[in-house]
Amino acid sequence: MLELLLDPSFAASIPRFVTPILLAALGGVLCERAGVFNIALEGFLLTGAFAAVLGAYFSGSPYLGAGVAMAAGMTMGLIFAEFNLRRGGDAIVVSIAINLLAAGLTTFLLRAVFNVTGAFSDPAIAGFGSIRIPLIEDIPVLGPVLSGQSILFYLALACVPLLHVFLARHRLGLRIRAAGENADALRAGGVSPRRVQLLALVACGALCGLGGAQLSIANVNLFVENMSAGRGWIAVVAVLLTRGRPWPLFFIALLFGAVDSLSFRVQGLGLAQQFTDMMPYLATLVVLVVLSWWRARRARGGAS
Amino acid sequence: MKFANGTMRAVLPWAFTVLWIAAIIFALLLFVGAPFGEAISGFLQGAFGGRRHAYLMATLSRTALITGMAISVMLSFRAGLFNIGGEGQLVAGGLVAALVATLLPGPPLVVLVVAILAAMLAGALWALIAGVLQLYMGVPLLVGSLLLNYPIRYIASYAVAHPFRDVPSGMVQSHLVPQETWLAYFPGTRLDIGILFTLAATAFALVYSYWTVHGYHTRLNGLSADFARTVGLPVRKLTLQTLAISGAIAGLVGAIAVFGIHHRYIDGMLVQPLYAWTGIIAVLLVGMVPWAVPLSGFFFAAVQTGAAGMERAAGVPKEIALVIQAVIILFVASRVSGALSSKERGGGNA
Repeated sequence: MLELLLDPSFAASIPRFVTPILLAALGGVLCERAGVFNIALEGFLLTGAFAAVLGAYFSGSPYLGAGVAMAAGMTMGLIFAEFNLRRGGDAIVVSIAINLLAAGLTTFLLRAVFNVTGAFSDPAIAGFGSIRIPLIEDIPVLGPVLSGQSILFYLALACVPLLHVFLARHRLGLRIRAAGENADALRAGGVSPRRVQLLALVACGALCGLGGAQLSIANVNLFVENMSAGRGWIAVVAVLLTRGRPWPLFFIALLFGAVDSLSFRVQGLGLAQQFTDMMPYLATLVVLVVLSWWRARRARGGAS
Repeated sequence: MKFANGTMRAVLPWAFTVLWIAAIIFALLLFVGAPFGEAISGFLQGAFGGRRHAYLMATLSRTALITGMAISVMLSFRAGLFNIGGEGQLVAGGLVAALVATLLPGPPLVVLVVAILAAMLAGALWALIAGVLQLYMGVPLLVGSLLLNYPIRYIASYAVAHPFRDVPSGMVQSHLVPQETWLAYFPGTRLDIGILFTLAATAFALVYSYWTVHGYHTRLNGLSADFARTVGLPVRKLTLQTLAISGAIAGLVGAIAVFGIHHRYIDGMLVQPLYAWTGIIAVLLVGMVPWAVPLSGFFFAAVQTGAAGMERAAGVPKEIALVIQAVIILFVASRVSGALSSKERGGGNA
């Protein structure tokens, strides 16, 4: 077991699993801070994964694939905004509907466009290669983790400090926080909270779309029905646990991604596949329970 | 004249909603290049037709499961509990029902009754885990109940893939339950009597919600948790009891699927058709009005079997059913959202 953890190829595989969770969770941060209760990250992610394959297959370029994934994610964000913000549907209900819509639309289009069920793989799907960074790749231990990953991983990494600064310093970041914390103040300042929330939702869709692209055209070169497999929900948990703060979120996503990656590695150890598949969800539950319990206890201690 | 105006104002938005939904369905049909006439007749045939109404019976059989899941989550929703872990409770019930029935010796009727009770217990316990996590650990029920769907799915998959697998069948499934325990069919049909159990659960939910003090208290808790707490209702106890009842009904649905339809537990048989999620949207469609839930369950069942008919007749991928369901909920949710408010909850839980 210990050998397995110290195996450099295990460490090198972690970013592949961290990236989709992290990108989706960063999108979730925008919504959380803007006061939109978006638990449709799973659907956004799945949409992105499919759209990336669609784009990469027809254009032959992974970048255009990722662009299509972003556009598809943004469209989902717009749909969410239309029904939640404009028509006033309940956020949880709209989220559930969007998750179902994503599941339905991706399997429907899988058959309608590619004429297959279950999975679509084709050599024509252009995937992201790995980027080797000269000097960094020679660093022991950390080298293979930081170098040789897909461009989306570096993008996700860059997004963490950027989002932190954006929320703390930028005018729009401030407005997003105001929309979440005190919408009346924002309205008094002549800014429509709904418009700010719309922007947050669309940006969230774009980030989730990229996360989906990592799943389908960076980790592998194929699309499988329900490919996101609960990772969007894990991202939701990460957002809730960190209350939408980018840095703590980064470490939670790192942890969840590492467990996800570990569950892949231990499959060779003779453990039944069902138990290794279960690991990411159990780990998420355990972290959720421990942190919630600790927080509740601290809140109680602080009050008395 | 004034009256007519008022009616117009009430009906017009609904007319637009229906038009929107129809337009989206037609756009999808156009996209796959399906002939409209054949698609629609295939849909009707698939949902209500068939030789000796075989497809209608399939729709009714599906209605039983969807309505059961809808009633299960409705009781939670009405108590203000966002239990979206129905799938896990359903799987727990189905797995336990199949295992008890294949392993327990004894007279068939006794085995059947014990298996159904065990399934209800299993569903209730799985739901209670989420409740305990919320009450004593501060884990929001919404994510707690949802995350619990995954472990049980894999536990069930493991159980029928390894220790309890029907190996000679070559499939990932349990052994058949004894034939004497299978639910009877209605005379002259291939529809099992499982739907009677669901109707009983619906009747129970109606009586429980409106004519028992306990049901009244849980509804109060749902309408205003603060009020319930202030007047001294045992909110924690109510929460756990409501979740247990929800879970027990979900477990019962799992048992119906085993004894009435599949006669064993097959890996994925309760997860893939999205029974639990369809149940949730069936409740949302009718704004959580108990007596309308079976109708809504039948409607969604018909959408699904109708889509299968559309696939046979016009080559439209049957997954269109999911899209239609989601679109309906999107448009309707914004109309009936007053029935359910997550805004105050979200703040309290997050």
